[in-house]
Amino acid sequence: MASQAHVETLALREQFDTEAQQKDASTLGMWIFLITEIMFFGGMFLAYTVYRGAFPMVFAVASSSLALILGAVNTVVLLCSSFTMVLAVRAAQLGQQRAIILFLILTLLLGGVFLGVKAYEWKDKFEEHHIPGPTFHLEGVATDQQGHAQLFFSLYFAMTGLHALHMVIGVGILTFLIFQTRKGRYTADYMTPVDVAGLYWHFVDIIWIFLFPLLYLIDRHMK
Amino acid sequence: MSAHIDSVKTYALVFAGLIFLTVATTYVATVDLGPFSVVVALGIAVCKMLLVALFFMHIRHSTKLTKLVVLGGLLWLGILLTLTMSDILTRGALGVPGR
Amino acid sequence: MITAAVQEREHYLNASYGIKSWLLTKDHKRIGLLYLATITLFFFLGGAFATLIRIELLTPQGGLVSSETYNKLFTMHGVAMVFFFLIPSIPASLGNFFLPMMIGARDLAFPRINLLSWYLLVIGGLFSLFAMLAGGVDTGWTFYTPYSTTYSNTWVIATALGIFVAGFSSILTGLNFIVTVHTMRAPGMTWFRLPLFVWANYATALIQVLGTPVLAVTIVLLFCERVFHIGIFDPVLGGDPVLFQHLFWFYSHPAVYIMVLPAMGVVSELISTFSRKPIFGYRIVACSSLAIAVLGFLVWGHHLFVSTQSVYAGMVFSFLSYFVAIPSAIKVFNWTATLYKGSISYATPMLYAFGFIGLFTIGGLTGLFVACLGIDVHVTDTYFVVAHFHYIMVGGTIMAYMGGLHYWWPKMTGRMYPEAWAKLSALVIFLGFNLTFFPQFILGYLGMPRRYHVYPEEFQILHVLSTAGASVLAVGYAIPMMYFIWSLRYGKLAPANPWGATGLEWQTASPPPAHNFEETPVVTHEAYDYSTVIGEVIEVG
Repeated sequence: MASQAHVETLALREQFDTEAQQKDASTLGMWIFLITEIMFFGGMFLAYTVYRGAFPMVFAVASSSLALILGAVNTVVLLCSSFTMVLAVRAAQLGQQRAIILFLILTLLLGGVFLGVKAYEWKDKFEEHHIPGPTFHLEGVATDQQGHAQLFFSLYFAMTGLHALHMVIGVGILTFLIFQTRKGRYTADYMTPVDVAGLYWHFVDIIWIFLFPLLYLIDRHMK
Repeated sequence: MSAHIDSVKTYALVFAGLIFLTVATTYVATVDLGPFSVVVALGIAVCKMLLVALFFMHIRHSTKLTKLVVLGGLLWLGILLTLTMSDILTRGALGVPGR
Repeated sequence: MITAAVQEREHYLNASYGIKSWLLTKDHKRIGLLYLATITLFFFLGGAFATLIRIELLTPQGGLVSSETYNKLFTMHGVAMVFFFLIPSIPASLGNFFLPMMIGARDLAFPRINLLSWYLLVIGGLFSLFAMLAGGVDTGWTFYTPYSTTYSNTWVIATALGIFVAGFSSILTGLNFIVTVHTMRAPGMTWFRLPLFVWANYATALIQVLGTPVLAVTIVLLFCERVFHIGIFDPVLGGDPVLFQHLFWFYSHPAVYIMVLPAMGVVSELISTFSRKPIFGYRIVACSSLAIAVLGFLVWGHHLFVSTQSVYAGMVFSFLSYFVAIPSAIKVFNWTATLYKGSISYATPMLYAFGFIGLFTIGGLTGLFVACLGIDVHVTDTYFVVAHFHYIMVGGTIMAYMGGLHYWWPKMTGRMYPEAWAKLSALVIFLGFNLTFFPQFILGYLGMPRRYHVYPEEFQILHVLSTAGASVLAVGYAIPMMYFIWSLRYGKLAPANPWGATGLEWQTASPPPAHNFEETPVVTHEAYDYSTVIGEVIEVG
């Protein structure tokens, strides 16, 4: 919209009667969006369940080929980012502008670290010929079962790829919030965007909380 | 709307719990628990999810409607998984000619 | 001079002018009209494909088009009609326009997201349109793997991306409706005072939100497999093509209820208004919408009876499918009971409502046939199934859509449509529809498979009947198109409440002011309380 001379702090949109109504609507809207995300990832979790049930041994071998340390470190990084995010939301509830910006930047950085580690892992997969396709080969799996191993890596790339895409979107949202906070848009009375962005960030974290054991930790003891 | 504002200490404790569970699940994966390793891994993941959802996402302070929405989402995920697996797991289970 | 009088009062149509005021509008009423125009376009596009199909089927030799072209025709007919007409039809056009008004709100909760969702539909539509113009797609609207991922050399990706994008349009509409109904109701508008159209759209929105993401991820996986050869469903790798069908139908069966639930909502409004009685058993009709939304998610496996789904699962899904009949029958019985001792007027919308009840009943009952595992094994992929779902989608949804369009046309445009022409076209549509699709039940029962254009000569007489019916049906749809446009300029001016209806949308001027109501209404009565309607009901027809 057109640039406004004064900074709107209590941004009540015209379709709402009260600020409480507007906040309720935004929060409910975000939660409903998150259940659509549950169902979106749910389709892949279903495919994972079906194929892990069908090929348990191959999945265990393929899972063990993933870098456990990197996966675990990334889990910790993401949990740290959730912690800083919740502190940013808390700072917004208290109306502490500088603290909001600080914690949002920390969250952003941690998100960046996660994506960097992820990119490094994918590069490794590429060099190890673990990308599904004609050149795919996984050591320790019989020739007639290479296809099953490809299914694991197809799921691995689809799931971590879509998770990473959500992270990238999250990073974009955080950047937007940082600029808006610097303009002084958010106060203790109006901080809904920070609040719902927090919900989104934590949700993406929860997806990873499940991806980590499902992809990285299948029967590690067998190796 | 004056929401509940949790203390930094609460969040820090939850965060410590999450890190502990991450270390635990990574360690347990290297121990042979037979078929229970999946159960333990998913059990720990569910605990972590609950910590994040209840504390970081403030579900413990939120309205009944929000809780209903979340439970509904999980229930529908359950429907998708259960009914599809009812097919996958029973292929050829009933000795029907031609199948 | 009458036209001059109308232009003096400011309403949503003359509040601002210019193409930009439409393309950047956040007014749910204008967005509803944008949707109306878009889906009308796709309706006639899908209709054009249907016309070619019916002409081809006039003769058993299959002389007009090649088999490849025929495959593309029925695929593009399905894609255009299902994803770009039926799914957005009632909720996105009539729902968008009237849901906020019926609950006494100024707009939806998220007007900008509402506009975004229209743009998504347009972008998705353009993708699919491009695919159709560039050479078409031949997988069937169901995109079954591995044909769609490996073998088809047509525009699968462009079409699938179009559907993916349009799916997000549907999700956002659903999200907006749910939040709006929860947070934007006028003072006194309790849940059990909501008009049944709102209940139906709320239930629909639940399906859109819970089901559509699964279709989205299915298309993503299909895209990965076709483009990057990352096999998820590829049997060569040990993948399971039936898993694709599970994921697809997890959405696409409930999608049938996305299409028909809002239609049921419209019919509830029509039956009540034109018999001047509250809907018999209002609460149970409201709850039956929710029941359909929930049960609709438990039955998708009945599309997989012959797809090597396990027999056990087949039995479970067959059993569960029967339960959908209960809330559906509750609705039909309660509409019928509402008519009893009602003061019935036979205006055009009511004719469509009657048409809906009759045709939906036939479609629903034949649904029980095909839900039965034993029978379905024999009629799967025959014209019996084609006839069944056209009775639901055309006989059900489109009849109600037409009824709703006539019912609310005066409110949307401020003009009445010509009643005599409207009655004539309602009759033509009803007759044409039955002539088109009833023979297909017989064809299917006799063993005519769907998706074939060459067929044994003994089927020709029934196919000719069907094609004749389709011609009548086409005329039936063309007439309203013409008189609706005519009425925009020459139609009688519509009063605020031409039908003597009770909904809040009738308590404001026609067309409504930009913010719907001069002041926020306060609701003090139950829905369909005709003691509250003051003023004369004008006589029509």
